[in-house]
Amino acid sequence: MKENLYNYILGIADNSLILGQRLGELTGHGPSLETDIACTNISLDLFGQVRSYFQYAAKIAGDDRTEDDIAMLRKEREYKNVLLVEQPNTNFAYTMARQFLFDVYHLEFLAELQKSTDLTLSAIANKCIKEVSYHERFSSDWIKRLGDGTEESKAKMQDAIDGLWTYTDELFHQTEADKAMVAEGIGVDVTKLKDAYYARVSAVLEESTLETPESKWFQKGGKEGIHTEHLGYLLAELQYMQRAYPNMEW
Amino acid sequence: MSKNWPLWEIFVRSKNGLEHRHFGSLHAADAEMALENARDVYTRRNEGVSIWVVESVNITASNPEHNGEMFEPAQDKVYRHPTFYDLPDEVKHM
Repeated sequence: MKENLYNYILGIADNSLILGQRLGELTGHGPSLETDIACTNISLDLFGQVRSYFQYAAKIAGDDRTEDDIAMLRKEREYKNVLLVEQPNTNFAYTMARQFLFDVYHLEFLAELQKSTDLTLSAIANKCIKEVSYHERFSSDWIKRLGDGTEESKAKMQDAIDGLWTYTDELFHQTEADKAMVAEGIGVDVTKLKDAYYARVSAVLEESTLETPESKWFQKGGKEGIHTEHLGYLLAELQYMQRAYPNMEW
Repeated sequence: MSKNWPLWEIFVRSKNGLEHRHFGSLHAADAEMALENARDVYTRRNEGVSIWVVESVNITASNPEHNGEMFEPAQDKVYRHPTFYDLPDEVKHM
């Protein structure tokens, strides 16, 4: 089995899986019917993307592993998502700030992944990029609405941006699998996305009359499986059915 | 949140060549948000290729209390339907 490629795919897909699960928690609990459905739609887009990645990963694994096993039956330390996407839905400002800070990265990442020499990955990126363009439009719209809204909405949005900022730098870290895949022309060199990312994020924050945080102290570890305390609870809910009733099918 | 937002009427064109049809209504702070909300609420199962949004207050509706004078006079005027012509068999799709 191509270990590096397998781990590389999981690194991409776990971000969508965990963020999709977070958004899914809002089903029926969104602040309004309209935003509730919007968040659920984004969640479903992400789960759709995850399926494409995990089906490919299962094929590469070449054993009896299925896409569901990969999604549901790993332990916490085996998930490779960035810390940003596992952060909780503290309030709607947090939910949208987390979405925006990820979407800007996700869009840049997929634009590069389209150029991958791995035809399956490039085809998946090509399909996902339209969905993610809409996600970025939706979340950046909300940053502007709440940032440049009332005094209260501005304070909440600034608080969310400040609170999540420490998780942004990790997006541009590379694992050993990442480096190996970049060398082979399959992977995206995320270190090269950093400048454009912070430029885009700062531009939207400025338009939203929000401050771009100046803190240079960043959290890391998710890509290596070292997570914040929030992931365990999320996985307990995600995996409950398969753990309680092994091999149960829908 | 949404109880402070105005109501919008949503019209969706299902296919190119068809007309926009009224799909329902929803709340949004402005027209841009109404379009995004309409996209998520009404076209997520591939129902549309174009959306119009109109703020509900801009629609002038007939008053149901006036239905008698508005609509009943038309009920007994069947001759206004083009059903009294003999169509040649060659004419199809009428």
